Order: sequence, then structure tokens, then C-alpha cells
Amino acid sequence: MALAGRAGAPQGVAGSTPTAAASGMAPGFATAATAVSSMATAGPAQAVAHEPALARLVDQVRAARSRKGALDIRGGGTKAFYGEPVDTARPVEPLPLAELRGISSYEPSELVVTVRAGTPLAELEAALAEKHQCLAFEPPRFGGDAAGGGVPGGTVGGMVAAGLAGPARAAVGSVRDFVLGATMLNGRAEVLSFGGQVMKNVAGYDVSRLLPGSLGVLGVILEVSLKVLPRPPATTTLRFDLDEDEALKRLNAWGGQPLPLNASAWWERTLVVRLSGAAAAVQSAAKKLGGEVIEPAMAEAFWRGLRDHRDEFFTSAEEAVQGHASLWRLSVPSTTPPLKLPGEQLVEWGGAQRWLCTGAPAPAVREAAAAVGGHATLFRARDKSAGVFAPLAPPLLRVHRELKRAFDPDRVFNPGRLYPDL
Amino acid sequence: MNAETATRPPQAVAPAHLPGGASADAPADARADAPAHARASRRAEVVAALAPLLPAHALLWQREETVPYECDGLTAYRQQPLVVALPESEAQVAAVLKACHALKVPVVARGAGTGLSGGALPHAEGVTLSLAKFNRIVAIDRAARTATVQCGVRNLAISEAVAPFGLYYAPDPSSQIACTIGGNVAENSGGVHCLKYGLTLHNVLKVRGFTVEGEPVVFGSEALDTAGLDLLSVVVGSEGMLAVTTEVTVRLTPKPQLARCIMASFDDIQKAGDAVAAIIAEGIIPAGLEMMDKPMTAAVEDFVHAGYDLDAAAILLCESDGTPEEVAEEIERMLAVLAGAGATRMEVSKDEAQRLKFWSGRKNAFPASGRISPDYMCMDSTIPRKRLADILMAIAQMETKYGLRCCNVFHAGDGNLHPLILFDANDPDQLHRAELFGADILETSVALGGTVTGEHGVGVEKLASMCVQFSPAEREQMLALKRAFDPAGTLNPGKVIPTLHRCAEYGRMHVKKGLLPFPHLERF
Repeated sequence: MALAGRAGAPQGVAGSTPTAAASGMAPGFATAATAVSSMATAGPAQAVAHEPALARLVDQVRAARSRKGALDIRGGGTKAFYGEPVDTARPVEPLPLAELRGISSYEPSELVVTVRAGTPLAELEAALAEKHQCLAFEPPRFGGDAAGGGVPGGTVGGMVAAGLAGPARAAVGSVRDFVLGATMLNGRAEVLSFGGQVMKNVAGYDVSRLLPGSLGVLGVILEVSLKVLPRPPATTTLRFDLDEDEALKRLNAWGGQPLPLNASAWWERTLVVRLSGAAAAVQSAAKKLGGEVIEPAMAEAFWRGLRDHRDEFFTSAEEAVQGHASLWRLSVPSTTPPLKLPGEQLVEWGGAQRWLCTGAPAPAVREAAAAVGGHATLFRARDKSAGVFAPLAPPLLRVHRELKRAFDPDRVFNPGRLYPDL
Repeated sequence: MNAETATRPPQAVAPAHLPGGASADAPADARADAPAHARASRRAEVVAALAPLLPAHALLWQREETVPYECDGLTAYRQQPLVVALPESEAQVAAVLKACHALKVPVVARGAGTGLSGGALPHAEGVTLSLAKFNRIVAIDRAARTATVQCGVRNLAISEAVAPFGLYYAPDPSSQIACTIGGNVAENSGGVHCLKYGLTLHNVLKVRGFTVEGEPVVFGSEALDTAGLDLLSVVVGSEGMLAVTTEVTVRLTPKPQLARCIMASFDDIQKAGDAVAAIIAEGIIPAGLEMMDKPMTAAVEDFVHAGYDLDAAAILLCESDGTPEEVAEEIERMLAVLAGAGATRMEVSKDEAQRLKFWSGRKNAFPASGRISPDYMCMDSTIPRKRLADILMAIAQMETKYGLRCCNVFHAGDGNLHPLILFDANDPDQLHRAELFGADILETSVALGGTVTGEHGVGVEKLASMCVQFSPAEREQMLALKRAFDPAGTLNPGKVIPTLHRCAEYGRMHVKKGLLPFPHLERF
């Protein structure tokens, strides 16, 4: 059962009976109506009544609001390192979502899954894999301490709230591009649904697509509907020895050709690319690009390590961060030439994402990204006083503040987590 | 004029559907003297404020000059704007917006006017901001595979400009020869290749424009993401209610080497619907997957002579694109699935000419309907694909109930249905029945787990249906979102999100007629 059906759905079921009767509906429609009632779910109000876990969340939000406190939304606890710390000027209580768990509906032939926020990402990915489908944007799965109440690999809600995507992002799209709908709890403790379970939907503002990357500052993500895709029938990984400049040139040139290019990574004079798609297309592209074919098991381990930040670059970066270095994520136009910044760089997304482990001062990194039309995020650092996310232009900052006010007027949810004053 | 323009006449519009409670069926000038006088003096005030900001030819206010702007592709809804401004530079756009903001004058931005839901319908007391002169392709970056164009550039013109580089702009709404990229951004337009290539949002990197106050603003960037909330996600598809777009940077896609299309016949709608699900279940994402029912097939065959199977209950068009090897492999797999699903006839396009012939009927569904009926009303709901047979059977019942015929074309791949209700607008009763028929289809779509609009937008046309799809709290949250961008509420007011009052009116209207299928719906 979905957490909250569309506003009209339950009433529609009840109401369609007299309409059908009045018009002498054929058995065909009666079938449809029956099917509807089995599919349709309780509206928000009923869902709260029938879902003890959701009812408790609503109570907690109301209580926090009335005592003018704040809530720290918790999924699997694997991305606490990411973003700004929650502002503790007011008393902060955790709002755990672990109880809100499970896949509400999954229709492989519709390419849609609806899943509750507290569901472990691993559980969702296993269910999709059984039907040879996947989350094509490859969200990273960070550690997590099961003994300490965390969820190794994180939860679906955390995946959406953080909005991080993996190696295939440049080819297939980001988390936002795969969110079809969401049910959320706003700062007034109202259960709201936006978007839907269909591929095409332009009814009203698409609030559900505003949630990826919001770090919980607009509300609690309760349930999301995601577009899923079939796993590609064939994959090949190729390796090239190239310097950064040449690697970037090749990646952008290949990107302009109809090739099944799915992911890329450059580090220490080595470019690795992944081709995914129909077997015939992958074979002919591999022949065209050349390079050294990486043995499949080794290639899979490489991409998994890159996706989950467990490969050599990221593990050494994590160590360096314990000292005086910081790990930055620079999002730049793919054609940006090699960035002249001190430290180690790993290039992903066809050139559009550059990881930088450096001791360079924050303003230098931010300016280098801004100069080419991008932005830099302080991804991992002991000292975050420079601010995690790039400062916003004045009109955008104003809209951010007003949106916070529109969704969470009393700043109940994750205050300060995205920007200090949100 | 858009090929998909419905031909509903102006006289039959219920005032309750119109924004701001204004009556558009009678020109404002023809109302009682006092309001006419007030309007004339307001117009003089606005003209006086805008005249110093624009060349003389770029400011229209005489009735005969503003008539061409009185409606968009949804011609049933008409309204004379107070003033039409046609700025030629971003500086002029900013100046006009600042002046309007100071005077609290509503502003309605307008592209080519091909929209099908009245999103660009003028406001009686407002300025229509025509961006038609922003028609320049600013830059094409072949290496980065992006094009930066002004908002008034036509959708197809982008693909034509980048064709020499083997690239194209993927979203292809049927009106692509006429509609502009600015309008596509406003509506989050789709097309027949959405399932594989995405909607406008998935193919736009950056939108440059102005806030309602006339302040320059940029959403998105030439990188793949930006800091902070993903505001581009709500600006795309906001129907001109959050900001005014002047320039768009789009992502370009390498043109596939080859495309081939299968035309398959089925003797039963349910089997055709199951075939669509079977193709997806097989792990295939076709480049295009379209369906036409029997009445639609008959109408288009008579028009384009594409050789469609007139005995089929439904025809499926399944397209594959990619490298020659990839296409050959996918076509074989799709043929096997279609045969297994009970296709009675299958034909694969032999060359590009034949492929285009297969598509000609689908692309001409709207004009073909215009040939067999004096008027038609195009609906645009989306349903989960598996509900296809259910909705088609429900529509068949509605044909009896309302005494009107309906043809169906369907973006089967993404569940977006376009029923075309045939009627004669000269008969007021037929028009009334057609409107009830349309509302019934939308409400049934919501009950089946779908949405009231897949790609045409809400505009003014589907305001009432929004009351069915969203709860009062959800609508209030959307109104609050609008206020975050536009505190004074002067950017395209009255569109997209109905007020609580309007939804209550809608409820009363339908309950009175005994036709509302949702009597238990909460109302205020």
C-alpha cells in the first residue's frame, strides 16, 4: 500500500460507482472500477490514521513546532558528513525514519517503483535486480554503522535528500531526473503528494523534483516514486593511457557521437570508460574507440568502488581529510580544460565533475570553479567554516529563503543543513 | 497557428473557468461605462509608463492591434489584453517588468501562442509580454553539445541549426515547427520520443531570465548541477508563473545513425496494451511507441493514405534507433514480442521514406480529426500504461453517455493519452456535452492513478480538474511556492493552481448537475 494516494483517488473509487450505475457502464468499466479500488489507497488523512509510523512522525513534527524546537531528519545516518551541520541554537531532536520502510508498489512493466523513505537502498536495489532493472543514476552507498542504529548503504530518503548520483550521471541523468513523484510532510505537519507514478505529468509545479539535493530543509520525504530502467544487456570497460588534457578532449568528442558511452573516470594519466547498451552497439563502439578491454569482474569492482567512494582515490582522500586537506566536488562544464589547482584530481562525468583533494584555501577553489561557470562543494572536510555549498546570487538566495518559509515557516526541519540561514 | 489547435468557439466558455473572475466572452470594452472608463484610464496609465521604455512600434494597445494576442492555441478562451509589449532586448524586458511591478500590473509572457491549455491567455488588466523578437541563436558549442538560444527560437530551428554537427534537440512536441523553446520551458513539453530521451526539463541546462521585479536571474548552469535547491526543476513547467525566460541553454543529443519503425495491428485493444507492457518488460526502451484506435486510424488513413490496416482494433508504431547493428537487434526482439502478444499484421519500414509514411498518420491525427468533425476537443491525461484498456473502455461508455464520438491517439510508451472528442460547436448542447465528456475523462484518469495533464499544461483549461487531483493543502503549498518567486502575484495570475474558492465553485456546479463523480471530496 502506498503511504498516501492522490487526493482524488479514494473518493473517486467511491464516487465512480453511482456514475457508472447511472450511465449503465459495461462490464469492462466495472472491471476497471474494481481494479481501481484495489489499487487506490487511503488519502493523506486516512493514511495517517492507518499508519502508526506516519502518525508518530506527524505528532513529533507538531510537538517540535509547538515547543519551537527543531528536528534532525535521520535516514541511514551514512551522509552525516555531507552538508552543513544542523543549527543547534534551538533544541534539536532526531526524527528517525527507519520505521517507514518497504516498497509500496513495483511494476516492472511500468518502469516505476514507489518506495518509503526509510527503506534501505540495498533492499530497493535487490528488488530491482530481481527483475533485471536498476537505478540508472547509480547513487553512492556510503558505509553506515548498523550497530549504532545506522543503515549500511543508506536509505532511499537519504538518497533523494542528498541528490548525489554516481558514474553514469552524465549519460543518464541525476536523481531529480528519475523522481516521478513524492509524498512529503511539510513544516505544518501536512502530508502532501506531488507528481505521480507516470512518466509525463505537468499538473502544477513539480515539487517532487525540488526535493533531490534539498537535504531535508523543505520537509520530510515520506515516499517517492522513481523511474527505473532495464539493466543494459551488455557492458564493456576500456582503458587508455592519456594525460588529462587529451582525455578531456576525447571524452567531449566521443560525447558528440552516437556511442553508448555510459561512464568515464580519469585519474593519474589513466582514462577508463564504460560502454553500455545493446550488445551489437557496445561491440562496434569498443572496436571504434580502441583502448585496452578490462576484464568484466575487475571492471565491475572498479565502477562499484568509484560509485561508493571506496576506491583508492577516495580512501586516500578520506585519510588526507583527517589532516589539513579537504575533498572538493567541482561541477563544471564538461569542456573545461584541466583546472590548475594544487592537489589530486579525479575527473568523472565526461569532464563535468572534478574531485579535488587539496590543501588549497577555499576561496581559490571556489573562484576556479566559478570562473568557468561551475561551482565547488566542500564535500569532506574537518573545517567547514568556509561554507559547504557555493554562495547563492542575491535573487536566488531570496527565493531560497522564501521557499523555506513557504514549506517550513518555523524552521523545524534540518535548520542550517543546506545554508546557515535556511 | 498550431496544427493541434482545437476549434472551440469563444461564446461557450463558462465564466467560472476564467482567471481572476474576469469575463472574457464579452470584450471588457463593451461592459458598462464605468468599468470601461476605469479600464481606459488604467490603460493610459500603463501606456504612459511603458512608452518611454520601448520603441513606438513595440507597444500596442489599440483594439485592432491587440486582437491577435487575445488567445493562444486554446481558442475557446479569449481575452483582450490591456496592453501588448514587444521588447527587443533584455534591458527592455527588465524595464517593462520593473514598470509593471511598480504599477502592480499583471504580466503574461507569450511565445508563439501554440499552447493548448490557455497558459498565455491575456489578463484583462494586464500586459501581454510578447517575446517573439527574441529569435536569435546565441551560440552553438559543438564540443560541449549545447546550444544557447533566445527564448523565441522555434524548437525545430534548434535541431536544424545543429544538424551539420550530427546533433539535434531531442524533445519534439507535435507543434515543433511553430512552438518556441521559451514556451517549451514554460510547459515542460514532451513529444513522441520522451520515454527514451526525456522531457524539456531533462534536456535544458540553463534558463536565463528575469524575476517579476525585473531583476536578472539564472536557473541552472552549463555544469550538470548548481548549488542549493534545484530551482530549474520548478521553473521548467511553471507556465510562466515564476519568472520570465529570455534565454535557454539546451543539451544536444547525437543524432542516431538509423531509425526504423514497426507498424503492428491488433484485433483487440487489450492485446495492444499488453503488447506495450511486454515490450517494456523485455527490457526494451523503444525510441517511440505510439498507438491509434480504430476510429482514429480510419480518420488518418483517409487523410494521408499511409496504408494503415483499417480492420485493426488498434495500431502500434514501435520505433528503434541507434547504430545499424543495434536497430537490427532491437527490431528482431520487438517483432518477437509483438507476435507473441497476438499482433495480426506487422510491417517494418524498409527505408526512411516508409518510416516517415508510417508516422505521417500519427503526426496528422489532429488535422485528420478536423476533417471528419466540425470541431474537436483534445484531452491530455496520463495513466499508468497497464490501465490503457480500462480507460479506453470507459471512454467507449462515455461516448454512449454523452452521445458524442471520440478518437484516441496514445503516447503508449509513457502513458499519455490524447482522446479527441468530436462535436459541433454550433450546437450549444453538443459543446456542453463535450466539456462534460472531457472532464469525465480527466477525472477517470486521476482515479486510475494518472494525472489531468501529461504535456499540454493546466493553463486555464484544467484549473477545475486540478481540484480533483490535489488536496486543498497541496494546492495551498503550490500557491505558497508561487509567492516565494512572485510575492505580489502579478506573473501570469489566475493560471495553473486554482484557489480554494474556485474549487468550491466547481464542486457546487457539478453537484448541482448530479454529475460529479466525487461527492465525498472535501470542499471549502
